Amino acid sequence: MFTETPISRQKQRTENIVRILLLVVTSLMILPLLLIIGYLLYKALPVLSLEFLFTNPKDNMRAGGLWAPFLGTIYLVVVSLLVSAPIGVLAAVYLNEYARENWFTRITNLAVVNLAGVPSIVHALFGVGAFVLFAGLGESILAASLTLAIMTLPVIIASTTEALKAVPMSFREACWNLGATRWQTIRRIVLPNSISGILTGVILQVSRAAGETAPIMFTGAVFYKSIAEGDLFAYNITEQCMALSLHLFTISTQVPDVTEGIPYGTAIVLVATVLLVNAASIALRVYLRTRKKW
Amino acid sequence: MNILRKKSRANLPFSETAIELFIRLCGISSILFVFGIFFFVFREGAGFLFSGLDVKEFLTSVEWQPTSLNNKRYGAFALIVGTFSVTILAMCLAVPFGLGAAIFVSEFCSPKLRETFKIIIELLAAIPSVVWGFIGLTLMNQLIIVVFKAPIGLTMLNGGIMLALMSVPIIVSIAEDALKAVPDSYREAAEALGATRWQVVYRVLLPAAKNGLLAAVLLGAARSIGETMAVLMATGHSVNIPSGPLSWIRTLTATIAAELGEVARGDEHYQVLFIIGILLFTITFIVNLIADLVIKGIRQES
Repeated sequence: MFTETPISRQKQRTENIVRILLLVVTSLMILPLLLIIGYLLYKALPVLSLEFLFTNPKDNMRAGGLWAPFLGTIYLVVVSLLVSAPIGVLAAVYLNEYARENWFTRITNLAVVNLAGVPSIVHALFGVGAFVLFAGLGESILAASLTLAIMTLPVIIASTTEALKAVPMSFREACWNLGATRWQTIRRIVLPNSISGILTGVILQVSRAAGETAPIMFTGAVFYKSIAEGDLFAYNITEQCMALSLHLFTISTQVPDVTEGIPYGTAIVLVATVLLVNAASIALRVYLRTRKKW
Repeated sequence: MNILRKKSRANLPFSETAIELFIRLCGISSILFVFGIFFFVFREGAGFLFSGLDVKEFLTSVEWQPTSLNNKRYGAFALIVGTFSVTILAMCLAVPFGLGAAIFVSEFCSPKLRETFKIIIELLAAIPSVVWGFIGLTLMNQLIIVVFKAPIGLTMLNGGIMLALMSVPIIVSIAEDALKAVPDSYREAAEALGATRWQVVYRVLLPAAKNGLLAAVLLGAARSIGETMAVLMATGHSVNIPSGPLSWIRTLTATIAAELGEVARGDEHYQVLFIIGILLFTITFIVNLIADLVIKGIRQES
């Protein structure tokens, strides 16, 4: 009944060309990711070892390892997480469980979007103006972490909102009907049922905070600081610290004659940390989706 | 009903009221922070902005000599041009790739392949900007020298490529959301008329999702404008009106990052850097606001 006409054959050809073209364009996204990791690994191979991670930079940062910057990054991330996780989760609880649909809620949502859009260097200026100078914290781990916390707040708000939305309304209604108050419902029903989803956002915040450079440059991270090797409590949060991201910037642009391989080693440690944390978050999310109970 | 509600409110224990208040406070914290950012950045720069700074010169002159002993000049025009030229270059590279990938992922992909691509794009987005800068400084620098026979590879092109790679993930994810928001009935109607997949995309989905796609491009551009470390390390960092992709440039963000560490608090140069911050905040705020209005516009229509 149907006979093929030249037009439909041409349509088919266009269709195939477009499909292949788009596949190529999309596949090209994989290329930079693989290329970067491969290139960095290849160049860093001579210096990579456990010792590299656990010794301090020495010889004016031309040689040695990453202990001080690595520990500094951990401090910055943990302190910023302690601030941004509770505020971010509760902000999402407010937006999802309390806020009504009106102009004020719209403004609040707009503020979250805009907070995510503020350039990182402007966050740095804010950190200098508000925490270092106005609050009198000086350049310290505390000031830098607070700056990071505010910068990464939207990440936590966004993923927590998603996790809370996934809890069916009927759960809440059942709880209210038993006479529970709003907070009791949230505490006993909503949060326990969304805790894993919230966790993915928190992990994502860690990955974001670990990689940032600009916001910590002037608020608490320092080019060089000598600390005891192997001592997990070597930093004081009212003092400055080194950080992996800033260390990479310093040794690749400010310090001449760095041992070949060390900047690449620093970069691969930073990338690996961030990507592993990120992959953990993705894995948790995929796992949650497969065993959803309702 | 009303009486019941009032009664139950009155019976709330104090702790419940306190917790509710705390949650509300956290909820509006984002508003406080956005105002706080503007207030504190403005506060540091305001003195010089209102008395001393020649705003017209700041916006139109190319002479940026903040450290000169007897002829201090604060002309940021070259920096503004630098920021926008590298952003436009980055968008020229990122938009075709970003939208193409979004169309492929949302319309042509099997669900399994879609998940894989989305994870890869998410990982691409996670690479820190300082690492992009480092790649620009090493790998891309050498590539540009070899390919274009340029004397030095730290150019606008280098920065543009790095920014494109950084903003592609944002463009893909928002554009994909926009395509997904088009009702399936549109697709079914077009397919029933005998349209091929590509015809559906080209004639139906792109016009229907154009606002969302525009928002995706705007947010990608906002990301590029605000990016600091990658452009600081990859663009050559010299004050210059670019004559082509192989010129050196310097951006607003990189200037703050490079110079804030060397100025004394309160002097003119320090305040000018904060004024640049206000300018950047304003630009990205406006771009984000427009993108938000564009997105909200579609939601109200549908």
